[in-house]
Amino acid sequence: MSKKNIKSTSSVSLDNVSIAYGNSVAVKNVFCDIEKNHVTSFIGPSGCGKSTVIRAINRMNDLIEGCKLSGSVIFEGIDIYAEDIDPVEVRRRIGMVFQQPNPFPKSIYENIAFGARVNGYKGNMDQLVEESLIKAAVWDECKDKLNESGYSLSGGQQQRLCIARTIAIEPDVILMDEPCSALDPLSTLKIEETIHELKKNFTIIIVTHNMQQANRVSDYTAFFNTEKKDKDLGGKIGFLVEFDKTKNMFNSPKQKSTQDYISGKFG
Amino acid sequence: MNYTSQKHLTYNPSLTRNIGNKALTIISALFSIISVLPLILVIIYVLIKGGSYINIETLILEPEPPGDDLLTAGGIGPAITGTFIMTVIASIISIPVGVGGGIYLAEYSKSGRFAKFIRFGSNVLAGVPSIIAGVFIYAIIVSTKILFGSMFSGIAGGISLSILMLPTIIKTTDEALKLVPNDMRRAAFGIGASKFTMITNITLPAAFTSISTGVLLALARAAGETAPLIFTALFSRYYITSFDDLFYEMGSLSVLIYNFALEPYEAQNQLAWAASFILVVVLLSLNILSRWIGTLGAFSKHKV
Amino acid sequence: MDKASTSKFSLRTRTTSEKLIDVGFKNIVVAMASMVAVVLFSIFAVVYYESTESISRYGLRFLFSSAWNPVTDEYGAFTAIYGTLFTSIASLVIAIPLGVGTAIFITENIIPKYLRNVIGLMVELLAAIPSVVLGLWAVFIMEPFIRPFLNTIYEIFGFIPFFSTQPLGAGMMPAILILVVMILPIITSISKDSLKQVPSKLRQAAYGIGASRWTTIFQVIIPAAISGITGGVLLALGRAMGETMAVTMIIGNSNNFSWSIFAPSYTISSMLANQFGEADGSQVSSLMYAALILMVLTLLVNVFAQWIVKKLSLKYQ
Ligand SMILES: Nc1ncnc2c1ncn2[C@@H]1O[C@H](COP(=O)(O)OP(=O)(O)OP(=O)(O)O)[C@@H](O)[C@H]1O
Ligand SMILES: [Mg+2]
Repeated sequence: MSKKNIKSTSSVSLDNVSIAYGNSVAVKNVFCDIEKNHVTSFIGPSGCGKSTVIRAINRMNDLIEGCKLSGSVIFEGIDIYAEDIDPVEVRRRIGMVFQQPNPFPKSIYENIAFGARVNGYKGNMDQLVEESLIKAAVWDECKDKLNESGYSLSGGQQQRLCIARTIAIEPDVILMDEPCSALDPLSTLKIEETIHELKKNFTIIIVTHNMQQANRVSDYTAFFNTEKKDKDLGGKIGFLVEFDKTKNMFNSPKQKSTQDYISGKFG
Repeated sequence: MNYTSQKHLTYNPSLTRNIGNKALTIISALFSIISVLPLILVIIYVLIKGGSYINIETLILEPEPPGDDLLTAGGIGPAITGTFIMTVIASIISIPVGVGGGIYLAEYSKSGRFAKFIRFGSNVLAGVPSIIAGVFIYAIIVSTKILFGSMFSGIAGGISLSILMLPTIIKTTDEALKLVPNDMRRAAFGIGASKFTMITNITLPAAFTSISTGVLLALARAAGETAPLIFTALFSRYYITSFDDLFYEMGSLSVLIYNFALEPYEAQNQLAWAASFILVVVLLSLNILSRWIGTLGAFSKHKV
Repeated sequence: MDKASTSKFSLRTRTTSEKLIDVGFKNIVVAMASMVAVVLFSIFAVVYYESTESISRYGLRFLFSSAWNPVTDEYGAFTAIYGTLFTSIASLVIAIPLGVGTAIFITENIIPKYLRNVIGLMVELLAAIPSVVLGLWAVFIMEPFIRPFLNTIYEIFGFIPFFSTQPLGAGMMPAILILVVMILPIITSISKDSLKQVPSKLRQAAYGIGASRWTTIFQVIIPAAISGITGGVLLALGRAMGETMAVTMIIGNSNNFSWSIFAPSYTISSMLANQFGEADGSQVSSLMYAALILMVLTLLVNVFAQWIVKKLSLKYQ
């Protein structure tokens, strides 16, 4: 588990990561260096382990019983799966936005203040709430109803509220697992704009099924695919096929399966 | 920077957060231990103490009147049969009525006002203290001698137990039927079945395992009840020998435990422990059986 | 569409007997469902009717007097009402942290799943043990075991009215403890079910912004499950108020009022169990009056439980 040769510009590195649920391996042998202050997208067919990998980056998989990881996930030079790591600290530095908008059943204001308070925020709370909502591009929709329940917003607004909640805790990395899958095109566009804004200050990893979206928002793209396990088991194992600058990936993929996937031949 | 970040990711055991979390986890573990301890202690004592007084004679003899003979107090035979008989009487009344009521709620009036009222009523009835059921039956059956002039009787005891079983059975039937997919009903109607045929041939059988789980639980609860019996069935030391005996006082395991636990004689106390042994073994078995049946049910709640 | 498809199959005309069965069956099940209402109503009516004599004679004085004298025909249920409320609330105060704590422990992944299932099963089986058996156990095992501890409390804190009499056996304290044992399964299993129903996305949201386990539990999970937990607690309260046998066997059955929790006392249900069999005349009516009070108390608690579950659960939909 010695420190690998990590590029100084990389924020998170996956070093031979394999993840299993119980006895069935979901993803194996992922190597990947994620650049600081850039957007990296994970693409690939359903079930190839994108969510599994992204959850591994801030130890959300700890919540799933029987989920085991081998290899190492290096964040700022530290293996976050080492014995003496506090997963709560990890999650404070690496925030996450989920596929389904999941505001707390509290007011809009509290949704943001709660996370800030949990993280020991000492500044002006009103200001933080406002700034975060502005950064997440929902301030206009929220400013008149800060005391109403987070559930009084539309799905797209809820998702941006969840992004605001994550921004408010000032993590270094923001993980987004299909943040737009439940949203209409307009909300999607708004969130993409938000992502563009955010990458000035944050490292962003986004899972998406939408090729155009990956192309539009990300600087780097990782393509995952599945392969059959041993014939008798029948299951599938995910693996990282190709990881490169988004430009290169979409213009001249090195692997045939990447080419096929991007051009919509399967997926 | 407005956050007091520790700037490193290592677990810091002296952090307030981590101390608090550890303390709360330990407390919740302690609470769990305290919560299971009574069960373990009760079962150990009942099995060991009660089990040591179990033999053929205890199982079949009639109990002796307290104080007559300090060496042996006889047995609990009539109490076993009494509990069995009264539970059967209670089941004969409450199972058809409860299942019928549940059918009405689930199949006929899914969310009508009357159905809402009945659902509310069965929740309230389920919350009525069991001793009130005894008081009620005492007032309308025992003290009025309405049952062919008899006062305290096994039948009165069985009826008061049936009041306790009724709400549970209605509720489980209602819920079990609601879990049967509507497709099955449409399929039955589609081939021209009448509603009666549809219910008896399709939905009831489909919900059978879930319903029997609830019925078994209700039965187990009734068999262990004491309060509704102490002034309806009262107690008797004798076996019933004829049908007529149903109209007289009837002994039961639970009332035997109550009466004999409070006797100052060691021999009677021992019989109370022996009766507890039988009761607890039977009730726990019924409970585990019903859980097991519950896991078989195609539409049981646990599977969905 | 249904109509059309049935008419296609109408080669077979419905016979009158089939229709009769259908209608008859419906009427039968309606009657059976109505039985619930009939029984519930009759219980109230009968208990009320039987207690009218005492109600008109004592009125509300009955609630505040501790007299219980069949010779002079003076009756009051204060001791029993106080005992009912005090024992049930005290047992609730002890059982809520234990039950909810256990429920949390077995819904979080602190220990392996099968161990959690075993604990959950054990607590639920506790509910299967009849009250009278718990009473027997309380009389012969628990009370002798705890008496020295209670004695120590008495010796040290005897100057406080609540601990001012020497524990000599049966009394309110052992009754409270056995009630705790009886209501623990209700609180634990209902809390467990409500905690399990909290959508996992809320838990993820909290962990995702760096909340620790117990911050998540206290600030997100419990608030989301509070309707169910409250409902369970209220059901347990109703159960504790009506609980009869174990309490009757261990509370000491005395109508003398005492502030001390070590002294023998009464609850309404233990008074009924103890006296109803031998009572006659106006004593029966007074007991019925007490029974009516017990019914009203449990009814209020149960209705409140149903109402609050509905009201609170709407908030988080
Ligand atoms: N909680 C879990 N328990 C067990 N197996 C899981 C769990 N979550 C995911 N898996 C399995 O791991 C594999 C990868 O799943 P994952 O959710 O990571 O895929 P994905 O790439 O995110 O798919 P999608 O695009 O549909 O979201 C799948 O085979 C899935 O069945
Ligand atoms: Mg996914």
